Amino acid sequence: MKLNYWQINLLILLFLLSIWFVVSFGFGIIWSEELDRFKIGGFKLGFWFSQQGSIYFFVLIIFIYVFLMNKLDKKFYKKTIDPQEKHKE
Amino acid sequence: MSLQALTYLFVGISFAVYIGIAIWSRAQSTNDFYIAGKGVSPVANGMATAADWMSAASFISMAGLIAFLGKDGSVYLMGWTGGYVLLALLLAPYLRKFGKYTVPDFIGTRYYSKAARLVAIICLIFISFTYVAGQMRGVGIVFSRFLEVDINTGVIIGMCIVFFYAVLGGMKGITYTQVAQYCVLIFAYLVPAIFISLMITNNPIPQLGFGDKAIGSSTYLLDKLDQVSLDLGFNAYTEYSKSNIDIFFITAALMFGTAGLPHVIVRFFTVPKVSDARKSAGYALVFIALLYTTAPAVATFAKINFINSVQEVEYKQAPNWFKNWEDIGLIAWKDKNNDGIINYSNGNALDGVKPKYIDKEGDYGERATINNPDLSNSNEIYIDNDIMVLANPEIAQLPNWVIALVAAGALAAALSTAAGLLLVISASISHDLMKKILMPKITEKQELFFARCAAAAAIIIAGLFGIYPPGFVAQVVAFAFGLAASTIFPALFLGIFYKRLNKEGAIAGMISGLIATSSYITYFKFINPQLNVAENWLFGISPEGIGFLGMIMNFVIALIVSNFYSKPPKEIYQMIDEIRKP
Repeated sequence: MKLNYWQINLLILLFLLSIWFVVSFGFGIIWSEELDRFKIGGFKLGFWFSQQGSIYFFVLIIFIYVFLMNKLDKKFYKKTIDPQEKHKE
Repeated sequence: MSLQALTYLFVGISFAVYIGIAIWSRAQSTNDFYIAGKGVSPVANGMATAADWMSAASFISMAGLIAFLGKDGSVYLMGWTGGYVLLALLLAPYLRKFGKYTVPDFIGTRYYSKAARLVAIICLIFISFTYVAGQMRGVGIVFSRFLEVDINTGVIIGMCIVFFYAVLGGMKGITYTQVAQYCVLIFAYLVPAIFISLMITNNPIPQLGFGDKAIGSSTYLLDKLDQVSLDLGFNAYTEYSKSNIDIFFITAALMFGTAGLPHVIVRFFTVPKVSDARKSAGYALVFIALLYTTAPAVATFAKINFINSVQEVEYKQAPNWFKNWEDIGLIAWKDKNNDGIINYSNGNALDGVKPKYIDKEGDYGERATINNPDLSNSNEIYIDNDIMVLANPEIAQLPNWVIALVAAGALAAALSTAAGLLLVISASISHDLMKKILMPKITEKQELFFARCAAAAAIIIAGLFGIYPPGFVAQVVAFAFGLAASTIFPALFLGIFYKRLNKEGAIAGMISGLIATSSYITYFKFINPQLNVAENWLFGISPEGIGFLGMIMNFVIALIVSNFYSKPPKEIYQMIDEIRKP
């Protein structure tokens, strides 16, 4: 079965949002206490994820998304649509 | 040069730059005024978004809040950054493709309904004014402490500046001033943080420094802070004290609320292409993360410095900054055991929490308060969290120019956010209310005139909030995010991802989210604040986190109601197909 643009887009979203959920709600909150048993430098790992790590991952997630979507756009819509010409009103 | 002269110099120069930019980038059309002619580069838009987003609360209050809350403060860090992932992945590109001016514009068009547009306008105005009130208070604090002018004069000066570039320049003027304001505020935030990190840990990167050992000590800073916190009767700094479910819901409400805030969303309407909207969200988060990853470091350093410099110090020997902030009314000392020594620990120093000063000096020269001491604990200090960042450079004894810089940065943060909010308020009134609902026949020129009038009126109302601050500002912040999460976010998200949703479903969803969230918050914050404890909460969710439950309710009701009514018209299906293409 061949997936269309929108279906691949949804898969990308699902994949990236699971990472988003795991690094913040997962490592930062739900499993934070368990992770606190491990340490990196002076940081307990769970604490680090809740105050530092999750934010770094968020940035990473958006740039991966930009990269994947640009590739997908090129594959399906070779000529980038110029929205200026669609400007109404 | 004296601190005051330096502060005047820094603030004066930065204000001159903002005005210069406003004159250079005047708006010529409604297109310029609402969305800067769609000509903003993704990096510049990222910076402007970051300045727009990082308010007086982020700049002034957040680190202080984290210093006070410890790990519980993580909800703000994750919540106010994680929302950008949702924004970038689920909303920004599609709304940019839609290509109109405002958030109610999308909701009104997608749900082919003036009623839906009206509900969106009401939520938007409520959210935005809530937010503006907080900014003006920040402006007032900075002016009164650092420029030693009256708070009211400070607010009026701030209003005039915003008036000038928001009314004249619209979105275009605001965007380019925000770029300048971002540079000022981030520089002002990082410089003292780096200084203090070097002083305490010898590590120039604050993000790493607070996980380091203090100079000449063999224990890690955070371990030491845990120990000191426990000794003083607080919770361990690096552990949650709230329940997991509450932390989860508050974080989620802040994240989805962030993604649903109109003044943030509308920023992505200003870039030239869909792919630029995605990229721009990424840059925005980088610029935001720079401050947000520094804040917990500042919090840790500030807490340690604060404890070291006041705990068990004789009041007469107390540092100057302590007395300065006492004069402003944000610190108070009540000598419970009459030993003349400052004792800091967990608990309220004063009965009724906030100090009510009388025009008298206490036995040791402190500013006397009329409050009775709260004798259930031995804490003698009342401290307003807001001063942590502002006082931090003074506490750490940094040079005067750094302190002056922080003042200019705090003003940049407050003004940039205020301007962004005023713009969405004015656009929703002139475009959505006047042009689309009340007076569809007005010309573009008239609409632009209305937009400017609405901006001016909004500034005056915001200024009044600053001069007569309503006592409920802190409580209503939960409101702003809760409502954004439970009304605007679901309407936008379902509008893009679920074609079958019709106007009946969307309106029912928004109204039920609105009612559920606002009645829960009103009940616990205003009607029965004494009942606002974990035992009485629904599923243990505090009013701060209820927006997430409201959002789930919105989804469920929207989907159920939608099934009872006919499908949306064909044009709507076509429109959604169109916005799903890049």
